[in-house]
Amino acid sequence: MAGKLHVEVVTAERALYSGEADQVNAPGTEGRLGILPRHAPLLAVLAPGELLIRLGDAEEPIFVSGGFLEVFEDQVTVLADAAEHAEEIDEARAQEARRQALERLEQAQTDVERAELQAALEQAVSRLRVAELARRRHTRRIRQSTEEE
Amino acid sequence: MPSTREIRRRIRTVKNIAQITRTFQMIASSRMRRAQERVQRARPYAEQIRELVSRLATVAGEDLGNEVALLRSRPVKRVGLIVISPNRGFCGALPSNINRKAASTALEIQEEVQRAEGQRPAVSFVAIGRKGRDFIVRTQQHLLAEFTQLSDNPSMNDASAVAQVAIDAFLSGEVDVVYLVYARFVSTTSQQPVAIQLLPVQPPQSAGSSERQRIDYIYEPDPRAIFEALLPRYVDVQVYLALLEARASEESARMVAMKNATDNANELVDDLTLAYNKARQASITTQILEVVAGAGEL
Repeated sequence: MAGKLHVEVVTAERALYSGEADQVNAPGTEGRLGILPRHAPLLAVLAPGELLIRLGDAEEPIFVSGGFLEVFEDQVTVLADAAEHAEEIDEARAQEARRQALERLEQAQTDVERAELQAALEQAVSRLRVAELARRRHTRRIRQSTEEE
Repeated sequence: MPSTREIRRRIRTVKNIAQITRTFQMIASSRMRRAQERVQRARPYAEQIRELVSRLATVAGEDLGNEVALLRSRPVKRVGLIVISPNRGFCGALPSNINRKAASTALEIQEEVQRAEGQRPAVSFVAIGRKGRDFIVRTQQHLLAEFTQLSDNPSMNDASAVAQVAIDAFLSGEVDVVYLVYARFVSTTSQQPVAIQLLPVQPPQSAGSSERQRIDYIYEPDPRAIFEALLPRYVDVQVYLALLEARASEESARMVAMKNATDNANELVDDLTLAYNKARQASITTQILEVVAGAGEL
């Protein structure tokens, strides 16, 4: 029987998750990364998307806006630029952000501006997706007392 | 000698002042604690980022310094100084200590560069907080940008905004080196204004085991790309920690200043009470003398 992963998800402002897991599924910039116990040492850049932590038959979906992931001897560290538990996502705000980004994208003049708006759009869309996925899934959540603001 | 009524009025005023300053003191101490907690909370992230930066700097090799823009040092023609200062007063000598540190740092760097490179660089300031901004404007220094509307609980977004200004100025060649001046929180009663170099980034020495540095990691996409994505975040975090620590320092300075003000007010109340009693005693004595004198004449 393989051991468990130990997972830490932190942003500069708080710690979102700290505990054991059987599997971690993360949004790498080059594609999704599935991490199981005894994974080789890995350092990856994350794109905006869903970070899914599995423990037994329970799951913890977390939205990350980007960041870094390190795996070393079953220790998984996620350094997120910004992160939210799926249920913390403010969908109305994300909708609004998506609408604004789309609107401005049509009038964008420079490439830099366009790239920034594209990034904002990507963030809003993946935030919404994470919330949507979490609602549809109905799996049991990992019980954990996390630090709140 | 002032009349007893006048003294009584002054005692009342001073007592009011003491009450207000004591309230300020308590507010400052709770805000200080909050800022300290946020520093604690930011620490795991900051340490991990620092560790990664130092590890990648080793892995990616020596020539990196010439290839990655945020690491590249060049002849210094213009120095950027980010000064983090309080927005409000009532915090004792802290703002002037920070401003003095900023001024002396600017001079030191100028002299150092002049010795090394033969010409004296100009200095531009980025002011965070009103006290530093006012000082820079008053002494007619060049102000590159100012942030006087930052919240009392600075967020990572605030820090990113400040870091972005610094990074943009550095990459566009507006400044060739950027320092951060802020008050380091030493203890509740002591703050130390310090200056640290922000740009070009100096990869920290690794605190971790050297064994871990030699491990073959899988890099996705590649070390160089990760490093380039990592450095701006490292700058953000340094600014974020400095902002938080500056907040803790500010509130601790305010706490001490307000405690002194309260103590002084209470001392003044004691003095005034003594004066009041003397005045009252004097007037009673006069009255008795008058009565006695009047009785003698009867």
